[in-house]
Amino acid sequence: MKKAENHNAENLLRMYRQMVRIRTFEDIANELYLSAKMPGLTHMYSGQEAVAVGICEALDKTDHITSTHRGHGHCVAKGAEFKEMFSELLGKEEGYCRGKGGSMHIADQDNGNLGANAIVGGSAGIATGAALSARRLGRDSVTVCFFGDGAMGQGLLYEVMNMAALWKLPVIYACENNLYGEYTHMSEMAAGDLKARAEAFGIEAFEVDGQDVLAVNRLAQQLVARARNHEGPFFVTLNTYRYHGHHVGDINRTYYRSKEEEAHWKENRDPITNFGAWLIAEKIAGADDLTSVRETIRQEADEAVEHALGAAYPPATDVGEHVYAD
Amino acid sequence: MREISLSQAVNEAIAEEMRRDETVFLLGEDVAEAGTPFKVLSGLVEEFGPQRILDTPISEPGFTGIAVGAAMTGLRPIVDLMFGDFIFLVMDQLCNQAAKTHYMSGGKLTVPMVLRTNLGATRRSAAQHSQSLHALVAHIPGLKVALPSSAYEAKGLLKTAVRDNNPVVIFEDKLMYQDKAPVPEEEYLIPFGQANIVREGRDVTLIGTSSMVQVAEEAADILAGQNISAEVVDPRTIVPLDEATILGSVKKTSRAVVIDEGHQSYGVTAEIASRIAEKAFYHLDAPVQRMGAMDVPIPFSPALEDLTVPTPQSVAERAGAAVRGELFHDA
Ligand SMILES: Cc1ncc(C[n+]2csc(CCOP(=O)(O)OP(=O)(O)O)c2C)c(N)n1
Ligand SMILES: [Mg+2]
Repeated sequence: MKKAENHNAENLLRMYRQMVRIRTFEDIANELYLSAKMPGLTHMYSGQEAVAVGICEALDKTDHITSTHRGHGHCVAKGAEFKEMFSELLGKEEGYCRGKGGSMHIADQDNGNLGANAIVGGSAGIATGAALSARRLGRDSVTVCFFGDGAMGQGLLYEVMNMAALWKLPVIYACENNLYGEYTHMSEMAAGDLKARAEAFGIEAFEVDGQDVLAVNRLAQQLVARARNHEGPFFVTLNTYRYHGHHVGDINRTYYRSKEEEAHWKENRDPITNFGAWLIAEKIAGADDLTSVRETIRQEADEAVEHALGAAYPPATDVGEHVYAD
Repeated sequence: MREISLSQAVNEAIAEEMRRDETVFLLGEDVAEAGTPFKVLSGLVEEFGPQRILDTPISEPGFTGIAVGAAMTGLRPIVDLMFGDFIFLVMDQLCNQAAKTHYMSGGKLTVPMVLRTNLGATRRSAAQHSQSLHALVAHIPGLKVALPSSAYEAKGLLKTAVRDNNPVVIFEDKLMYQDKAPVPEEEYLIPFGQANIVREGRDVTLIGTSSMVQVAEEAADILAGQNISAEVVDPRTIVPLDEATILGSVKKTSRAVVIDEGHQSYGVTAEIASRIAEKAFYHLDAPVQRMGAMDVPIPFSPALEDLTVPTPQSVAERAGAAVRGELFHDA
């Protein structure tokens, strides 16, 4: 890792903390699933923390993101609170979406998160539309569209990238290449070079190590500034890895990826471990400081999940509400 | 008779048809080694190879369109659409292309393809993975629509679908994949347009589709405890619809409740109820009742989701009220 440029110690520690918050949230969500306390299934973001945090730390609260089925990380990174998130995962009234959305539709408008999406590639239009709003309404905000390598198969993405390029919209297409879409390796799903697809529209495209939060953040800061300055859109491939199965129920994975491969990423490429080691080596934090960060976060998360488990379900009258706006 | 799950029944139907006819092949996401997320297709790629069990990228309109073209030119594709909700992505290929080609070509081109997908809520999968959208495609002339209600039905209807020279959309109930039912070892087909009288009764006809056949049967059990004899009819295919069996049953019982998991408004229950009203009106002793999913996006929270679909209790209540003459119109 190179020495941080535009970073003071406080920002660096915040990035560490945010990555730990995501990992902790996911660990607990997985425990909730395993102990049959969570309805349905959920997709873990663990392993990809540096992507969401590196990018969202370059955004302002008024900037927008769109997220995916693997969306808890984006949600935390954009500023969401544990209590409302756990409540949403458990279908409780206090959740961000009053329990109506759940894990795959979690959204947090106050922090600019327009929502997770259970349709692969489904948010590409939404993100581009948000960028159009910003342009038309004279806001200088930027939208980041998060999606996976699998979403590169969706035609919608190419239609909107074309329009975004024609109209120079302030949108950044962030492709999290975690090597797999469900149970299939991306090499069996995507022909040619991912970046070249965006470049065909004249969109400047970049590739970055998605396990290196500083590298991601450095690139994101540049691109966000340039997008605000009407130099967008941009496309970024972030090379990363998901630690868990496609969803929490995907336990036996050896038919599509090896245990050695998983171990390699977890042991050598972990974004939190590596960034923590760098913070210590650079004397930005001591090992004890980082331990206490992790412990404090775990405690906050435990309290939040305890609260959410005891919280009320929405009343039956809620079922017919919000179909139409007033 | 041996019992197998709906998932195994589908698997067998595809394997048998692929052995019988070299032109049959299957394509979709994670259909090969993974055998789909529901594990319905496990083992097929081992037998038929990756040329005939074809893994696609996440490109639903693309691979559905490829199936339409392949069907027009000599192959018989089975498209695997992982969730019924994704039918919105393929509507153009299905409804503008597949459905109309035979007609527009003056009968010269055919599109013998099957699109297999699913329906059904209460799996805690929220609004984009829980819809029952069969009414949408049933609205489009040129498409046939099958709704199997058990492992037995799933196998027989799918085999018929593969042999049909028209585009057929078949919706399986995703909550039923592990449910077992007696399925003969010998080959059989279930013809389209032939409803099944699941149980005979005198007082009220419960017409249920897909997931709602089980609900209707359980409702009939509850009603039996109240000395009400309910007949349960499963149309099996809504296009073509076996009007004669439905009307015959209603003329016998004089009362009808139509139950379907699609949204109630502008849906399957409306179609069947109006046909009864048009063609059996003078035989009716009570207004025809419709019970569909609530007209709301399916909510995630279990506390809300369970309210959105008909249950054996709610069906028994409604049917009981019809029989007891307790259904009144507002003045
Ligand atoms: C349009 C659509 N097709 C298929 C699916 C089923 N599905 C859910 S996630 C997924 C894989 C997505 O892969 P990727 O975009 O790489 O994201 P990742 O899961 O790796 O984060 C698939 C096929 C879906 N939700 N939406
Ligand atoms: Mg992926």
